[in-house]
Amino acid sequence: MVSGDRISRRKALKAISNVAAAGAIVGAGVVGAIGGFMAGSTTGGAQQTVTETRTREVTKTVTATKTVTAGAPTGGNPIKIGFEVHRTGIGAVYGKWYERTTVAAVNLINEMGGIDGRPIELVIEDDGTDPQRGAQVVEKFALEHKVDFILGALFSNVVLAAAPRAGELKIPYFAVSEGYHVPSGKLNRYSFQPGITDVRSQTQAVAGWIVENLGKKITMVFPDYAFGYDHRDWFGKAARDLGGEILELIPIPPTETTFTKYFPKVPADTEVLYHVMVGPAVLTFVKEMGEFFGSKRPEIFGFIDSLEGVAIDSPGLEFLEGTYFWEAFPRYLDGYDTPYHRFFREKVGVDENGADVNDPKSVATYSHMFSCWETLFIIKETVEQSGYTRRSPEDYRAFIETLENFRWFNEGNQHPQGAKLFNGRLHQGFGQQFISRVENGRLKTVYRTKIEDSVYESDVDYTKQPL
Amino acid sequence: MSLEVTLFLGLLDGVVFGLIMALIALGLSIAFGVMRIVNVAHGEFYMLGAVIAWYATTYLGNFILGLIIAPAAVIGLAAIVERTVLRKINYNPESTIVATIGLLYIIQQLVLAIYGPYAYNVEPPFYLRVDFPWFGYSGYKLSIAFVSPLIMGLTALFIFKTRLGLYMRATQQDREIAQAFGVPVGRVYMASFALGAALAAIAGVLVVPFLQAYYLMGLEALLISFMIVIIGGLGSLKGTLVAALIIGVIDGVVSVFFSPTLAKIVGSVLVAAVLLVRPTGLFGAER
Amino acid sequence: MYVANKGLGKALALHIGVIAGFFILQFIVPPFHAAMLTRIMVLATYAIGYNILLGYTGLMSLGHAMFFATGLYAAGLSVIYYGLPPLEALPLAILLSAVMSATMGAITLRTSGVFFLIVTMIFSQVFFLTTLYFNMITGGEEGLVLTRYLKPISLGLFSVELTDSVVKYNFALIIFSIAFLFSLWLTRSPVGRVLIAIRENDERAEMLGYNIYKYKLLAFTMSGTISGMAGAAYALVFAYIGSALASILYSINPLLWTLLGGAGTTIGPIIGTGLMIYIIDFTSGITSSYLIVVGITLMLLVLAFPPGIVGAIKRRWIRWLP
Repeated sequence: MVSGDRISRRKALKAISNVAAAGAIVGAGVVGAIGGFMAGSTTGGAQQTVTETRTREVTKTVTATKTVTAGAPTGGNPIKIGFEVHRTGIGAVYGKWYERTTVAAVNLINEMGGIDGRPIELVIEDDGTDPQRGAQVVEKFALEHKVDFILGALFSNVVLAAAPRAGELKIPYFAVSEGYHVPSGKLNRYSFQPGITDVRSQTQAVAGWIVENLGKKITMVFPDYAFGYDHRDWFGKAARDLGGEILELIPIPPTETTFTKYFPKVPADTEVLYHVMVGPAVLTFVKEMGEFFGSKRPEIFGFIDSLEGVAIDSPGLEFLEGTYFWEAFPRYLDGYDTPYHRFFREKVGVDENGADVNDPKSVATYSHMFSCWETLFIIKETVEQSGYTRRSPEDYRAFIETLENFRWFNEGNQHPQGAKLFNGRLHQGFGQQFISRVENGRLKTVYRTKIEDSVYESDVDYTKQPL
Repeated sequence: MSLEVTLFLGLLDGVVFGLIMALIALGLSIAFGVMRIVNVAHGEFYMLGAVIAWYATTYLGNFILGLIIAPAAVIGLAAIVERTVLRKINYNPESTIVATIGLLYIIQQLVLAIYGPYAYNVEPPFYLRVDFPWFGYSGYKLSIAFVSPLIMGLTALFIFKTRLGLYMRATQQDREIAQAFGVPVGRVYMASFALGAALAAIAGVLVVPFLQAYYLMGLEALLISFMIVIIGGLGSLKGTLVAALIIGVIDGVVSVFFSPTLAKIVGSVLVAAVLLVRPTGLFGAER
Repeated sequence: MYVANKGLGKALALHIGVIAGFFILQFIVPPFHAAMLTRIMVLATYAIGYNILLGYTGLMSLGHAMFFATGLYAAGLSVIYYGLPPLEALPLAILLSAVMSATMGAITLRTSGVFFLIVTMIFSQVFFLTTLYFNMITGGEEGLVLTRYLKPISLGLFSVELTDSVVKYNFALIIFSIAFLFSLWLTRSPVGRVLIAIRENDERAEMLGYNIYKYKLLAFTMSGTISGMAGAAYALVFAYIGSALASILYSINPLLWTLLGGAGTTIGPIIGTGLMIYIIDFTSGITSSYLIVVGITLMLLVLAFPPGIVGAIKRRWIRWLP
């Protein structure tokens, strides 16, 4: 599914001159744009404008320099984006990679000439993966730093505490979480999640393949809180609709550290064990599962969340050989080798195996972090098309209405994971999903879902809410 | 799986878990018994043990080295803390709690800054999957059931057969009298604190092959140790072992049949019950 | 009694001055700091509650998060599931916190010293686990958002919305003022004097014929109830409830705030809370390990500065400080 197949249906093409800069509406444009980006990033040492200073205000500010692409206006007062990140607390592994991806995307945008000719000023705050701190960070962004937009959190509890505050303060908040909070209608007109598919559609997209290829009698293991319930409810529904049968549900509390005791609950006639875990103990979970079942295991299908940030060839994971994982974006480059994907990997600094180019032990949270990158480009495109200039009710209205009218974000350097179908009523984006098999201690992608597989009907309509 | 098999697994898992927690709780209990202080950063010594073992195994390539280096390093740290902090506040129980909460955060955040937010584990020294007729179990984990009592036995030997152990027992019974008889109480305190920390660190090393070393792992261990020492009685060796097995088995069995969260709730209710009947714990000295 | 009214006028003036100061600040400070102050007033209420037990009775608890969370969940869940208006959810939450703290006090006060600390910590952890266990109702770790369910507060002729920043600020101010004035009243009441006597020497207090268990239980209950009121205010003002707010960090926070400001002074908890929240806010911009600041502060407090800020001021300069 390449972007060339798609015809842009966006309505608001009011700033045609920006289209070229925004790049990549049709395939040819993308290739040209890549050349442009590459050139932009190699001329001069300007990419070093990102200073790793740890001062509070503008932690990572990049100003548009002489190296920006010709034709793009320079200077102008910056567009401020507040980035709420889990630097500490249980989300810290994700936070590290989210920050890295975000900084890479901001650098790139600024090298390209910024947003509408204005550089992005990124203001980063740690929320400690703590909901109360998360809400406080939103206040800080809105009231003290006076940012234009907020790039939001990953962990659902933080998003759920922070997004309503952003709504009250009337500032657009972009979740990068995959949680089913935005499209469920729990949040507000100011909350968006365009950059990553939500759990409900992820599970729906892979259910058919599982029932067809692995088996119909399924036992589910999932975290005992809302994120897990989304899996339970939506995967369960999708699987049953397709003739599958859920034999047993095994919720595991998020604080758990040993898991062997849960496995006796798996019925003997289980054909597929479906697992999704989060948190630091995921590796133990997978290992103990292996020890317990040995060679007598059922087919195993997991969400890569169970092993995000963990090397597949870690000691004790040998038994994973031959099991399957959902991925949003293949950790190993060859799973989806496109020029855009290569470009993204290079810019973020991830090697072919999904680890830090400088430290092969540091494995990226690859199936989630692209959302920061893609969301930033969506903000850029929306600003440019809506004519947003400053923090005012009118400009925010234009921004939000323009975003709500988007239908497609095409594949390209801006959207390396693939095209996104955007539902403006749900404020949610939908993309393709990947299924990979563990072979020789690495993940090999075996199936790619269609975007249509992810789409569901819903009554939620944020556009009816007042601004 | 049949009821008996499930029960068997619950017991097995519970005993292994209990025996590890017993090591940590024993450390807490020794420091309390001799010094009358509660070290809230005790769980962090456990965590440090695990993290250092990971470094040792990864960079020196030897798990057994980790088993030596980790406790040694933690003993050093504990000795410094004892000298520069606990002695300065005169072992006041409440100040000690506040200071060790502070220490907890300092250790935790330093580990976060240096080791990072990841959860890593190491290759067990031997890999063996024990194949019961109904399910498989980690051979390494099973070996804990022998290693942990061995270490507790060595600790008991130390306390009952060495001069320093004698001093410790004397100080535990009556500090002033011990001092009057020439026991170097200051050094005994330092030794007790360090010994307690070392036990936690050893437990940390032992778990890295099957749990991961992770900067936030200390708190849960601390809370379970608290439950154990409350039930067993602070300062009692025998009580600690018995209570650890009780807590472990409850955890294992309730977990397999119902839910682990419920198991922890049941454990805590047991703590409440013990307190109502015997405020000093099952084996604690009457006050 | 001779001492009874000594300094009362000054103390009262000071307390009313602090409240008036908070009232005026909302017209002066920029919106971000108004939001910070809102948070500080709610959390200072929690610290005031904690201080009643630590500062005036000498009992150190490591489990007050369970009372804070009782208020939080009682208010939050009654708003979400029963559609209670804020001004009905609040008293309900206060009542439940009182019941909860009286029950917990009756059990935990059977112990003393470090056992008391450990036991309060364990029970609080049970409470935390319970919120996770019943996550179908509580939302567990992920929590629940109240915004959609919060009804306007009706004030006779007109009504106000708790989503409005100004309303949030003044709602927090009222809650805070109640707790603050209550703590002043308590320190000067006969009950408060007995509590202080227990703190100074419980054996002597017992010999004087006071039933110290009853007095401790009373203090424990008052302390837990105010903590619960703060929790309820937190749920209503910040429109979020979640089990992170019942975790051990929220038991340690009021201890830290109180010690920093000065245990056993009515103003100390407020100074400590305000200072610490600003320090954390400031350092989190500099270092990702900002909790290390909490650690270092705690260490320094016990090593070098046991009386806390207001405690030191009281000793050295203003002896009439309550």
